Parts: sequence; structure tokens; C-alpha cells
Amino acid sequence: MSLEPALSTSPASATRAVPGQWVEFGSDKLLRLDCGAVLTPFTIAYRTYGTLAPDRRNAILVCHALTGDQFVAETHPVTGKPGWWEDMVGPGRIIDTDRFFVICCNVLGGCMGSTGPRATNPATGKPWGLDFPVTTIPDMVRAQAMLIDHLGIERLFAVIGGSMGAMQVLEWAARYPNRVFAACPIAGASRHTAQNIAFHEVGRQAVMADPDWQGGHYYATGAVPERGLAVARMAAHVTYLSEAALHRKFGRELQDRQGLSFGFEADFQVESYLRHQGRAFVQRFDANSYLYLTRAMDYFDLERDHGKPLAEVFRDTPVRFCVVSFSGDWLFPTTESRRITHALNAAGANVSFVEIQSDKGHDAFLLDEPEFFRVLQGFLAGAEIAWAAEGATATAGGDA
Amino acid sequence: MIQTLDGIRRDLSLLADMVEPGARVLDIGCGDGTLLAYLRDRKGVDARGMELSMDGVRDCVAQGLSVVQGDADSDLKDYPDQAFDLVILSQTLQATRAPDKVLGQLARIGQSAIVSFPNFGHWRAILHLALRGRMPVTPTIPLEWYETPNIHFCTIRDFLALVDRLGLSIVDAAILDAQGQRLKLDAHGCLANLIGAQAIFRLARNG
Repeated sequence: MSLEPALSTSPASATRAVPGQWVEFGSDKLLRLDCGAVLTPFTIAYRTYGTLAPDRRNAILVCHALTGDQFVAETHPVTGKPGWWEDMVGPGRIIDTDRFFVICCNVLGGCMGSTGPRATNPATGKPWGLDFPVTTIPDMVRAQAMLIDHLGIERLFAVIGGSMGAMQVLEWAARYPNRVFAACPIAGASRHTAQNIAFHEVGRQAVMADPDWQGGHYYATGAVPERGLAVARMAAHVTYLSEAALHRKFGRELQDRQGLSFGFEADFQVESYLRHQGRAFVQRFDANSYLYLTRAMDYFDLERDHGKPLAEVFRDTPVRFCVVSFSGDWLFPTTESRRITHALNAAGANVSFVEIQSDKGHDAFLLDEPEFFRVLQGFLAGAEIAWAAEGATATAGGDA
Repeated sequence: MIQTLDGIRRDLSLLADMVEPGARVLDIGCGDGTLLAYLRDRKGVDARGMELSMDGVRDCVAQGLSVVQGDADSDLKDYPDQAFDLVILSQTLQATRAPDKVLGQLARIGQSAIVSFPNFGHWRAILHLALRGRMPVTPTIPLEWYETPNIHFCTIRDFLALVDRLGLSIVDAAILDAQGQRLKLDAHGCLANLIGAQAIFRLARNG
């Protein structure tokens, strides 16, 4: 296949240019990873919106998905596009930054300023590449908890996220039940399914099959596995949509031509669209980060991680949950959210569960879905009343 | 004695009168959340709900209520024993596939239960069937047989017999007319079965 030639902004230069806040945790703040390694020092890049109240009880942590980042509610510094959840987060929005202090950090292993495979390995002075330890969703959440500590926040009013973000939300609620008042896992799952692992493996193999990948040590060579990463993105992008959405958007329409080329150009609009998605993605995302983050999702399994059935993981949890799924999402289908809900019911948790009717696929959680917004608004409003009632009696701390 | 000041249906208002303030309550088949919101706002209960229709669930959650999409026939088994002080099944029993099993689940997950249902033994229903030879359509049984979700109608006496068979006892009862006005009748009597259009029972396990 032919992808358009290369990109003016290399991923490596993008990192250094990342604006926003960051915190480096030094040797006094070790991060023990699930794989057994200890990561130190490491950096977490983040953005905050709104003002932290004097009582520090208005903080909401937003967790981004696989290819998201901390720029949730502002123009993206690399792509120039709107923040990935600007419809949801901002002044007067559902997650209202006039009232809430909203935090969003780039996950550990990411490539927008937080420590990941592109960062410098202090032992060698060179980028980690594949020497970077494999990190997990619980590792990401531990790092986020350290950030929350750093910001002086004992309890979060809410943790909210979709897809990989939903995994982080569930891990937050499971690991730190006394630090989260309300949790909203959207279009998520308590473990990555075989089908999803399979799709991720296709993407990783595409990256690793690109000669420019060079075993992951491409940073100093000037070559970047753009073609492999673009193919990975194209395949993954299809899984984020739905047959109905693809048909509605493209049908069998041809791209800039009257008839078939009888060749392998992008005859169809849908091909052209996917190629564009692939090209755009490699401008802002590091191929190795893609390997690491997809791996973190594959490894995610709350029951295995906590060594007990899901209902036991959440037994008598004080966290209020709002579980949301979308009917047209075949990547994180409603059955997965229902499974979480059943376990939360069995655990005696305070839980709401809604399936939003939408044929837009997994990506629906990022789109303007009025019903979804209405549900999340209602949930947050109800939680806010209970949170205020709890008020001064709130007990803090209690890390599990 | 009937409070309809808040625009809540009279039968719901009567049912709400049976609810202890501050109780931990699960309303099964909570619809758009009218009763749950009322109980939360007026009785300060810890209000949870289960509703089959997604429209209903969305309406509830959008009001800040904790409601899950679920089916009384299949999803009550997830809840632990005695998880709630009170479980409410308001005008829903007759729409379940296995009312006996649902009642059994109610008794398992709640310290007590409140069940309300339309009485199929009401004279209007009997006359409708006897004289016109057609399935009854009455103020409390408003839909034609082919479009009703109510697949397991029962009379008050049928219900009492089932309660007895399940080893449950009646703690409180209210017999209502079609307008939701309470009738001063013995729930176990023939008259209640004949002129009660709907009934509300509070149940507890024997012993």
C-alpha cells in the first residue's frame, strides 16, 4: 500500500515541545511495577482545568483512552485539533471546569510527556526502547495516585474515563476505594477479551514487521516505523467504528474518481479515510508506546490482578458507580458492562448502569451523544448532593 | 389520608406510607423513578432501582437515582441475601415470567417486601369476561390481551395463596379502588377480592 510521505513533525521532537504541567518523582518516590521492576525517576505530564477548592473536595480525574492524552479540554499542541473530550469537559460543560478541578494526565508508558519507552533510560543515557519495563493498568493508576498526592488531594470526587480510561477507573475504585467517591467506567470492561487481545496483536505485529522499527531501537536512527504504526492504527480504527457508521459515512463511494482504478490505489472513500487516519496518527504517537499501552490493556484483568472474584473485589465498596455502555459498541460490548454491574450488585455497591442506544461503535463515548451526556450529568448531580451531605464527616486516606 | 399533593399516584403515595424513613430500598421495575425520587426526597431512603426499559433507566439516572438496567426474572439472583431493608415490586409482579420465583427472591434479598398489583378478581374484570366473553379491559387493566406486558395476572386470593405457599406472611395490607382510594376491607375477605381494584401488601418471612 502507499502511504503519503513522511511527516514534518517527528514524534521525538513532539515530546520536548509538549506544554502543560509535569512532575518528576525522584528516588524518594519509587514506583514498583507489577512486572517486578522499580521505576525511578519518572515523570508524569498532566493538565489541570479549573480551580482546586480550599477544602480540596472538587477534584475530578479524567482517564484517557489508548491513544488519548492529557489534552482533554484544549487545543492539542501537536495536531491543532480540539481536545478529545471538549464537548464534555470545560466551562459550563457536564464536567464543569467552573466548579470542578479537572485533572488529566498522560498515562505511564505514554508518549506525551509521561515516562515511556521514548524517555531516556538513566542507566544508558539513551531512550529506553524495548528495555522499558512492561507497565500495566494498575501501574498507571499507582502513578496517578502519586500525582494526586502531589497535588495535595486526599479524595477525588470522581474518576471518569472511557475504554482504557474505564479500566483505570475500575482499578482506582478497586485499589483506592476510600480515595474515590464516584466512579464512571464508560464503554469499558473488567478484563480485556480474547477478541480485543487479538486485534491488539495484529497492530503490534504490524509495527514490528516494519523494518524501520529495528527491534524498538529506532529513536537514534532517524527512521520511524511509520508504515507499521499507520497500519496498526487503520486496523484498530475499524474496531472503534461500526458497520452502520462506516456505511453511513462512506458507503461504497469512490474517492476523487469516476470509476474503479483496477489497481490498489485508494479507490474507495473508506480506504482514503483510513489512510488519512494512519498518517495523522503517526505524527503524534510513538510506535513503542503503542506496543506498551496495548499490552497494558491486554494484561488487564481485575479478578486476576486482585486474586478474587469481581464481586469480592468490590465487596462493600463505598464508591458510587455509573456504568455506561453503548449498544453499537462491539469492541467493549454491553455484556462486559453488564458483567461489571452484576458484580457490583452482588457486592452491595451503589451502582447505576445504562446502555446508550447508538450505532456509532466504540467511539460513541467520544462523540456528542445527548442521552449519554444527560445520564452523566444526572449521575454527577446525584453524586454531588451525596458528596456534599457527607461533607465534613469525610474520612480521608486509607490506601489499599 | 391520601396524599397526592406532589402529583404522585395515589397507590404510590399509599405504598410510600408503608416505607420506613431512611431505609435501604430497592424498587424493582422502578419505571421513570417517580416513586424512588419521592422516597428519596420525602423519606430520605437510600434509593436503588432496577428497570427493564432503557428509557426508564436513563430517566432515573438523569434524576440522580441509582438504577440499573435489569430484569426481575433473571437479575435479582446477583444481589446478596438481605441486601436491603425493603424491596418494592410496584405493579410489576404480573409482568414477570415466574412470579413465584421473583417473590422468593424478594424475600431473600429484602428484610421485607412491598408488592402491589391489579386485582384480576375485581368485579369489573369478572363481568367483562363473563358477560362479554372477552379478556377484561378496565381502568387498572387498561391494555388489550395482545399488547399487555402483563402475562401473569392474579386475584388477591391467588396472591395470598402464593404468599402462604412461599412461607411468607402479610404484615400490612391496603385494598384500593380504581382511583387508588383506600377501601376499609379485610384483605383476606371475599369483598376485598371482588371490589378491590388493586392491592398493596407488605410481606415478611415467617419466623
